[in-house]
Amino acid sequence: MLTIADKTFTSRLFTGTGKFSSAPVMEDALLASGSELVTVALKRVDMNDPNDDILRHLQHPHINLLPNTSGVRNAKEAVFAAQLAREALQTNWLKLEIHPDPKYLMPDPVETLRATEELVKLGFVVLPYIHADPVLCKRLEEAGAAAVMPLGSPIGSNKGLRTIDFLEIIIGQSKVPVVIDAGIGAPSDAAKAMEIGADAVLVNTAIAVAGQPVAMARAFKQAVEAGRTAYEARLAKPFGVAIASSPLTAFLDE
Amino acid sequence: MSSFINIFDQYSWDDIKERIYSKTASDVEAALTKPGRTPDDFMALISPAAAAYLEPMAQLSQQLTLQRFGKTIQLYVPMYLSNECNNICTYCGFSLDNKVRRRTLTATEILQEAEAIKSMGYEHVLLVTGEANHTVHIPYFKNALQLLRPHFAHISMEVQPLDEEDYRELIAGGLHTVLVYQETYHREDYKKHHPKGKKSNFQYRIETPDRLGRAGVHKIGLGILIGLEDWRTDSFFTALHLQYLERTYWQTKYSISFPRLRPFSGGLEPKVDMKDRELVQLICAWRIFNQEVELSLSTRELPKFRDHVMQLGITSISAGSKTNPGGYAVEPESLEQFEIADERSPAEMARVIASKGYEAVWKDWDQAL
Repeated sequence: MLTIADKTFTSRLFTGTGKFSSAPVMEDALLASGSELVTVALKRVDMNDPNDDILRHLQHPHINLLPNTSGVRNAKEAVFAAQLAREALQTNWLKLEIHPDPKYLMPDPVETLRATEELVKLGFVVLPYIHADPVLCKRLEEAGAAAVMPLGSPIGSNKGLRTIDFLEIIIGQSKVPVVIDAGIGAPSDAAKAMEIGADAVLVNTAIAVAGQPVAMARAFKQAVEAGRTAYEARLAKPFGVAIASSPLTAFLDE
Repeated sequence: MSSFINIFDQYSWDDIKERIYSKTASDVEAALTKPGRTPDDFMALISPAAAAYLEPMAQLSQQLTLQRFGKTIQLYVPMYLSNECNNICTYCGFSLDNKVRRRTLTATEILQEAEAIKSMGYEHVLLVTGEANHTVHIPYFKNALQLLRPHFAHISMEVQPLDEEDYRELIAGGLHTVLVYQETYHREDYKKHHPKGKKSNFQYRIETPDRLGRAGVHKIGLGILIGLEDWRTDSFFTALHLQYLERTYWQTKYSISFPRLRPFSGGLEPKVDMKDRELVQLICAWRIFNQEVELSLSTRELPKFRDHVMQLGITSISAGSKTNPGGYAVEPESLEQFEIADERSPAEMARVIASKGYEAVWKDWDQAL
């Protein structure tokens, strides 16, 4: 079981709602994924419409909504958007995304830290999306972030865990859950993320744009479970050299 | 103040044109196989030599578009506020020398039009005017934004180029996106097509995206009017412009449009005729050159063409458009800027989009953000 703030999760696969061919396909894929935490872009939903096409398809008892602030460019806008989300969607959970750069959607570390400090004071459960920066993760943890969400590679790129060396440091020293977000392109990437000890992964593009999103969602579910089991079973480490003979230390036995 | 003109002035039209037309098959292959393409690769992709690679270009373009934008097509619709114009432009139905009745929507009429547009399902509206600075001025725009802001999630504008301070004011008033097409980067031909009015100032127009970038607008739309000059050379300059803007105003988003000159009452025949095949090549070349830029296509194009290109690079389309002020509710029969070629309703268009396995996205911004 994974616990973040006041919630526990059986599934360690978090998902997103963008890029699907239709809201019903999204719903089927999210159900197949078993995901219990689903992020929704505020800019895409009509917060005043209870029949909003996306929200309507997310109404399942096991699905928790994680509103995200995609589109905001600084801390001030993020705090404002968060308050609207809390009001409209009745949750104080927030995926904090501040990317002033609309091309690569790189998260702004300075504004993210600032917004986290502010939002925690306002009672939000903040999950910030950030670069795989170990120092920033510690700073966010100190600011009261409920988890950290470092990227594996540029968002939507499907390139996998290009930041793995930094992710390992983050996982090694974090006191809050580490959710690897962005860039996970294949179930094998998700499995790898879990094997190195991530608490969860967030996958969107790789499921949404797959030929068969529902089947791909199932594949990710299985991969995350396999990776987690392997981590808990303490993976045997690969060994670089053969150990049959001991030319350097045999003299000790002579 | 430095602007794109400093870069633009280092290039010669004839030299660029010659370089594009001398690209070879191996240049095209190199551009297709490498990751990360330069403007020089873009030249190869838009060159005549790339025509033989249309299918692989389309495949690659589709794949890159899916990765970034997913299975979605954004929908927007223009609202023409005015056809008053003090410019003479050889290709435009609103040109000063075109003797037609002029009309500028009043506040009440703007709201009537807004209601008609909202009832079609739209959340993204593009406000369009001619250039008539005595009547359709900053206070007019501010008022229009104030009227429309409560009704639309995303407001774009395609009006005359303005000063940086004016843009700042309008952005504070709810303006999100500004489209400003250079029409042509051929300086001498630009003068010929814009003989009279403020629009004849080439430099003021080419520096407009700089003023928008400094003012902090969310999105800037670029484009050329295809048919005025050699589209390949013009497209290269657009690519150069985009690359400069992305590096300079890195917090702004960009979109590219592909208007082909359409007939209007008493108008100019295109100097250069661009075939469907060539427009597909251009759309794919853009996507391969730049994976993040939005590519937009209007109702100037025919249904069959639109239905196909929305699957190979286009990310945003309009539907059910009227190009005359009051066209939706107030006065459907007033003069239109150009004839549209795809008259399907937004609902019909959404069904077509769904039948292709894509989702029609009506809302992708929120005034609260």
